[in-house]
Amino acid sequence: MIEIQNLTKSYGQIKAVDNISFTVEKGEVLGFLGPNGAGKSTTMNIITGFIPSTEGTVKVNGFDIMENPSEVKKRIGYLPELPPLYMDMTVSEYLGFVADLKDVSRKAKKSQMADIMELVKITDVRGRLVKNLSKGYKQRVGLAQSLLGNPEVLILDEPTVGLDPKQIIEIRKLIKALGKQHTIILSSHILPEVSAICERVVIINKGKIAAIDTPDNLSKGMNTVSKLSATIAGPKGSISNAIEQIYGIKYVEPHIEKEKDVTEFIIESDKEIDIRRPLFFAMAKAGYPIIELKSLDLTLEDIFLQLTTQEKEVI
Amino acid sequence: MFSIFKKEFKSYFNSPVAYVMIGLFIFISSMIFNINLTQGIAEYIFNLNYMALVLILIVPILTMKLLADERKSGTEVLLVTSPASLTSIVVGKYLAAFSVFLVMTGITFIYPIILSVLGEPSVPEVIGGYVGFILLGAAFISFGVFASSLTESQIISAIVSVVGLLMMWLLQGIAPSLGGIWSKILSWFSLYSRTEDFFAGILSLGPVVYYLSFSAVFVFLTIRVIEKRRWSKG
Repeated sequence: MIEIQNLTKSYGQIKAVDNISFTVEKGEVLGFLGPNGAGKSTTMNIITGFIPSTEGTVKVNGFDIMENPSEVKKRIGYLPELPPLYMDMTVSEYLGFVADLKDVSRKAKKSQMADIMELVKITDVRGRLVKNLSKGYKQRVGLAQSLLGNPEVLILDEPTVGLDPKQIIEIRKLIKALGKQHTIILSSHILPEVSAICERVVIINKGKIAAIDTPDNLSKGMNTVSKLSATIAGPKGSISNAIEQIYGIKYVEPHIEKEKDVTEFIIESDKEIDIRRPLFFAMAKAGYPIIELKSLDLTLEDIFLQLTTQEKEVI
Repeated sequence: MFSIFKKEFKSYFNSPVAYVMIGLFIFISSMIFNINLTQGIAEYIFNLNYMALVLILIVPILTMKLLADERKSGTEVLLVTSPASLTSIVVGKYLAAFSVFLVMTGITFIYPIILSVLGEPSVPEVIGGYVGFILLGAAFISFGVFASSLTESQIISAIVSVVGLLMMWLLQGIAPSLGGIWSKILSWFSLYSRTEDFFAGILSLGPVVYYLSFSAVFVFLTIRVIEKRRWSKG
């Protein structure tokens, strides 16, 4: 559905986007993840034809954005980081204008607008001026705008930024529902959001792709050790010594002293070995009761930090 | 193109801009008319001549927001990423401003009507004068639209167009005195000097082509400016 090949955008010496390639299948929800300034918005602006690329191609349904811009633009609904709203229009005036702009036929316009307003729950504010709406409503009007004309592809740049937690959950649900009929690229710097909504994740850092995979595979692939947190009662030093004796342990560190003589340890072991049972018996033998034991698997957050900080070290 | 035109035209009348501007224009032009009337000048051309000067202040107010505001409020993205072409967007905006100008001009038709009750104004002069006035306005608006594409500040856009239009007005005095190639180049921009034929009641093709091509050139330049900026922005 969307093919991006060797996409580069440079400003003089600086490369905002550096040789990015990936494809998005029809009906897929792709997450675009990266720290602020990584090149997410630039990439999205190129895909939607707002700015041209320096090198590389973007094809949507076989149409090239440089050669056939209007065919591509017809198929894309775009919600930029800042929703493009006219403050002195009412919500329905605004959506009516966007529908005209996108050549929605006169017949379909009314019912399409009503359906979309119902879907993003803005029907009750349709007569109000956009400038008087709260941030959450403005964001929804922006989303409604991108849905007009029934485009196959939706490109959403940080759609939940600045919303309250309840609104975030609502918008996420909505995007998930939209994913059934649309191909979606969604950018975010919030990790749980991407892992909650997206089927595949592209992690981008300093204009380059750091990883592309499903959220699950990403956490599996990056786990070279398994991590445990164990809270054990007893003297710190001798517990550490006792743990180090267990086969397969790579690293032990007293983390926080939770109460007097009760310490949380972070223990890392080989990935293949489950050390929970040996740990229990070792501690029981030594007479140090385990108060709490839990496994610390690598979250998407850890992976993200690893990938984006590794890059820094290279530079 | 029609969707942009409709939106812009409506937005003029949704805000105080159109009303204040039309009011201002009618106020000034009726003062001029009144002075001429009390002095017993039956030639309507005097009025149009002064009204053309007032346009130097009115047109920039009309055009300052057209493109500058889209950039400032981030709505340019919506227009550029829509299937509508850049040409249709700019032309739609240009036509909206021109239509407001036509409404404004239409109201002043009342002066020659009053004049015809009191005396006998020359009909060809009035018609020729208005054709010239409207063409002049069209050219002014194209320059205003161009100025609006250069910046995201409405104030700067207005200042650029007032200064530009003033310069063009002054050129009719300066250009001939320079002589040589400069005189020729600069006199191309001298919008006012070409109204003479119209105001004398003569409808000749030359000035009509001149004003229309002047407008087309500046609409084209506006499109180029936006196009070029897209290549350099992030």
